[in-house]
Amino acid sequence: MLQDKDRIFTNLYGQDDWRLEGARRRGVWSEIKSQVELGRDKIIELVKDSDLRGRGGAGFPTGLKWSFMPKHSGDRPAYLVVNADESEPGTCKDREILRNDPHRLLEGCLVAGFAMGANACYIYIRGEFFNEASNVQVAIDEAYDAGLLGKNACGTGYDYDVYLHRGAGAYICGEETALLESLEGKKGQPRLKPPFPAMVGLYGCPTTINNVETIAVVPEIIRRGVPWWSALGRPKNTGTKIFSISGHVNKPCNVEEEMGIPLKELIDKHAGGVRGGWDNLLAVIPGGSSVPCLPKRVCDSVLMDFDSLREVKSGLGTAAVIVMDKSTDIVAAIQRLAHFYMHESCGQCTPCREGTGWMWRVLTRMIEGRADVEEIDTLLDVTYQVEGHTICALGDAAAWPVQGLIRHFRPELEHRIVEYKKTAQAAE
Amino acid sequence: MAKLSIDGREIEVEDGITVLQACELAGIEIPRFCYHERLSVAGNCRMCLVEMDRSPKPIASCAMPVAEGMVIHTDTPGVKKARQGVMEFLLINHPLDCPICDQGGECDLQDQAMAYGFDSSRYEENKRAVKEKYMGPLIKTIMTRCIHCTRCVRLATEVAGVEELGALGRGEHLEISTLERAIDSELSGNLVDVCPVGALTSKPYAFAARPWELRKTPSVDALDAVGSNVRVDCRGREVMRVLPRLHEDINEEWISDKTRHACDGLRRQRLDRPYVRRDGKLQEASWEEAFKAIADRLSGLSGERIAAIAGDLCDAESMLALKDLMTALGSPNLECRQDGARLEGGTRAGYLFNTTIAGIERADAALLIGTNPRWEAAMVNARLRKRFLMSGFRVGVIGPQVDLTYRTEYLGAGPETLKELAEGHGAGAELLKQAERPMLVLGMGALARPDGGAVLGLARKAAEAFGLVKDGWNGFNVLHTAAARVSGLDLGFLPQAGGRDLAGILDGAGKGEIEAVFLLGADEIDMAALGQAFVVYQGHHGDAGAHRADVILPGAAYTEKNGTYVNTEGRVQLGRLAGFPPGDAREDWTILRALSEAFGKPLPYNNLGELRQHLVQANEVFGAVDQIQQVPWGDFGAEGALDPTPFTSPVDNFYMTDPISRASETMAACTEAFVSGRGEATGTHG
Repeated sequence: MLQDKDRIFTNLYGQDDWRLEGARRRGVWSEIKSQVELGRDKIIELVKDSDLRGRGGAGFPTGLKWSFMPKHSGDRPAYLVVNADESEPGTCKDREILRNDPHRLLEGCLVAGFAMGANACYIYIRGEFFNEASNVQVAIDEAYDAGLLGKNACGTGYDYDVYLHRGAGAYICGEETALLESLEGKKGQPRLKPPFPAMVGLYGCPTTINNVETIAVVPEIIRRGVPWWSALGRPKNTGTKIFSISGHVNKPCNVEEEMGIPLKELIDKHAGGVRGGWDNLLAVIPGGSSVPCLPKRVCDSVLMDFDSLREVKSGLGTAAVIVMDKSTDIVAAIQRLAHFYMHESCGQCTPCREGTGWMWRVLTRMIEGRADVEEIDTLLDVTYQVEGHTICALGDAAAWPVQGLIRHFRPELEHRIVEYKKTAQAAE
Repeated sequence: MAKLSIDGREIEVEDGITVLQACELAGIEIPRFCYHERLSVAGNCRMCLVEMDRSPKPIASCAMPVAEGMVIHTDTPGVKKARQGVMEFLLINHPLDCPICDQGGECDLQDQAMAYGFDSSRYEENKRAVKEKYMGPLIKTIMTRCIHCTRCVRLATEVAGVEELGALGRGEHLEISTLERAIDSELSGNLVDVCPVGALTSKPYAFAARPWELRKTPSVDALDAVGSNVRVDCRGREVMRVLPRLHEDINEEWISDKTRHACDGLRRQRLDRPYVRRDGKLQEASWEEAFKAIADRLSGLSGERIAAIAGDLCDAESMLALKDLMTALGSPNLECRQDGARLEGGTRAGYLFNTTIAGIERADAALLIGTNPRWEAAMVNARLRKRFLMSGFRVGVIGPQVDLTYRTEYLGAGPETLKELAEGHGAGAELLKQAERPMLVLGMGALARPDGGAVLGLARKAAEAFGLVKDGWNGFNVLHTAAARVSGLDLGFLPQAGGRDLAGILDGAGKGEIEAVFLLGADEIDMAALGQAFVVYQGHHGDAGAHRADVILPGAAYTEKNGTYVNTEGRVQLGRLAGFPPGDAREDWTILRALSEAFGKPLPYNNLGELRQHLVQANEVFGAVDQIQQVPWGDFGAEGALDPTPFTSPVDNFYMTDPISRASETMAACTEAFVSGRGEATGTHG
């Protein structure tokens, strides 16, 4: 279990002052000039050494991503874009950073932006986060007034601007290239890759898009040193992570924990255990709505990090743990997620536009069992027709929960179908 | 060059092309819906998925640039499955209304469903239905059929330059819409062509014919001077529709709405038998009676008292025949410039679009003088826009200030600005000086006016002063509006020695010095000015000329004869007979040949081949079909006083410029929607 001394987000619960003064008391913005003076290459090297992986869901190595940015972009500016469009159902970790520790994010923006040679940073914040956006804007203003951002930021001689942009509430705008489109004032639809944003990103300029949490932890990694960070968690799954635990637990919460903590320990220690005890557990969605659910027998022993969860055919995602006890209608739960993806599909590419609706409709019938047993295989086939065939990852995200359902709860689906047929026959 | 392997075959292709293009070069067909060669890549239909080594997911071949050492597979079970999957998704919400769909028989979805789809459906739910949208008088929508490929959106935005189409909503509720407005573009008909399904179909052609019933004739358009290549689809002798035909150097694969939709004008107001005016009224007559009436009236008249005016749609053959006939009758009064353009024959470079339409893409600055190319030559304007989108292209305008779908710099209104420019002053001079390959486009709005000759002279001076004419580059361009004009000038259908020009003919007719006027499809002149003259009208439509005529000889429209046209670039092209003219109407040169017999002065050709030999003898340019010949620079234009009146465009209604489009109901509907009733008609009106 993570010790208090190793916590990065020391104001996660907002008990302390979120503004500049309080942030400084907690160590934010300290030694920032010396961090920048390490130079671009050194910072990227440190981040690479730390094995930090993106906290937005895909878990891509952050240092590697930064190194894709061109060393010299010519007369084109380069941008850092912070993805604060936290919309994944179950996830509420960035929100706490944004409202309770915005300076930690801004500090990260400066260090990360400098490391990748960005001229400016855009923070794209979810539109519904009104108070959070307000806090971040106040923090930005404070940082400008204190000379931490803007011309000659922190006295380093590096000019760096940070802008806050509020989204309008579309889930797809959290997809990095759709976010760029939205930021440019266009319809939020993902772009084709290649070209990757590091070459052609915002306004056609080199751009790196990172999650709030990823950016916010960087200065602390450099401050405390890579060995400290690497000692936490498991190889390639290092450091700390904010977990959002929701659903059928006694005390739903956000908590910063070490990577690789057993799921059972996480729920028991921090969320007060599953409602009705561990044996009342039905399934857990371990990483936000997009990843396949895990049945209790897997949850008993699985570790919460990228690679462990991948081994059990799920994923860490955003580390939003959605706990479902035995009172849950698992088919209805997944059907609700399918509805979410149908509603949030941008409609640009065929498999996602047509497939999400199809999956939802079949699942809607399957809640009551109004289907044929063969249709389970058809449904599974449809998810494979969507998965991997779309422009962005929303197609995958829509397919995985359904695949998880069929993988682990097929008997339940078949049972309902058989029962429905029996009832229907009896009625005749 | 990049070397890649496609299905085990090594192929070396140019850098920068996509995997899909490389596959085509390797002779492998990749199915696609959203991909279109001339539009930006959307990559949204996912039909073109192929597998690539070292890629965990299949890739969209239309969007993936080739790279050295790529290994592509297009024939694996995975690719087949992916295509079937996409095909199935496209069909689950597509109505099965092929039997009543106008796209049936030429539908990409139909064809590819046959080739790549499942044989049955696994979708048990209700299909989506989408409300029809109003998109104006030319486009019929059945949006339930839409597969959201966004080709139409990209065409409107990129080629047509009007941001009036877009996608509303998201997910399943994504809909293509114009917000219930007509698409105000002269290229909107092309939306129907790019639509791979039956979502956007031609409104005038709705339920008119099936593609397999039609006889397809490759031909050229004659409704403007661009000479767009078209395919004329006929059922019987009736033209059902006109479609574009690929010609990279002229219209690429687009055509304007007039070219496409004026064809219903070919069915209305037609002259299908000869008429002779008796007792002040036009009465039906036989060919013999009509010829006799003409011969009786003209015999004994001296040539000076006879004149001939050729119209805008004439083919070169009939103009040569008429010229030969007039020469036989001793008349020097020939005129092919109905609008009074001050263009002389002689130096060909002085009346051609020398840069050529494809050559626009090599220019880096353009100066438009007295022209609105968007309405005068929509395909030229589309090319100017294409060049503009490549960036590094400045366009200056002297004359009418209109939205040309690209950014222009307004320099001035009339000849004074041109004079200043020719003297090397002003913003226009700067624009031309800074360019490496500048071009200027001189429209009829600048030439069809009394000081047109002086304007032409100034333009020549400017062209010489700013290096528009140099080795390998000629930036001097005249943009014609009439399909017959360049061939008329090439044939010298102009006042002969001592002959009268248009003003002279009209003046003479008014005064009684000209007693007989032969109008060959000439409808754009002031008929009232013809006074008491005896008027013979040969043409295909009951338009202004026919109303004034004393004898009417029914001719053939451009789809009804084998004729030669020369476009504004000086490119000779052959129009072909797609369907016979109605009733007693005949191909025009044959009428003139027959009429010459009535005068006892038979023309020396008995068939089209002989006539075309004479054509080549008259001017050897007619011998080189579809070739651009380098023409030498020379002296042309005049000096003289300038009239300060601003230049105006000769076309004040794009949709009605000639007898055919004036007779067209579709063009009338377009006029109401886009010109006269502008801004008022919406989907909720009526």
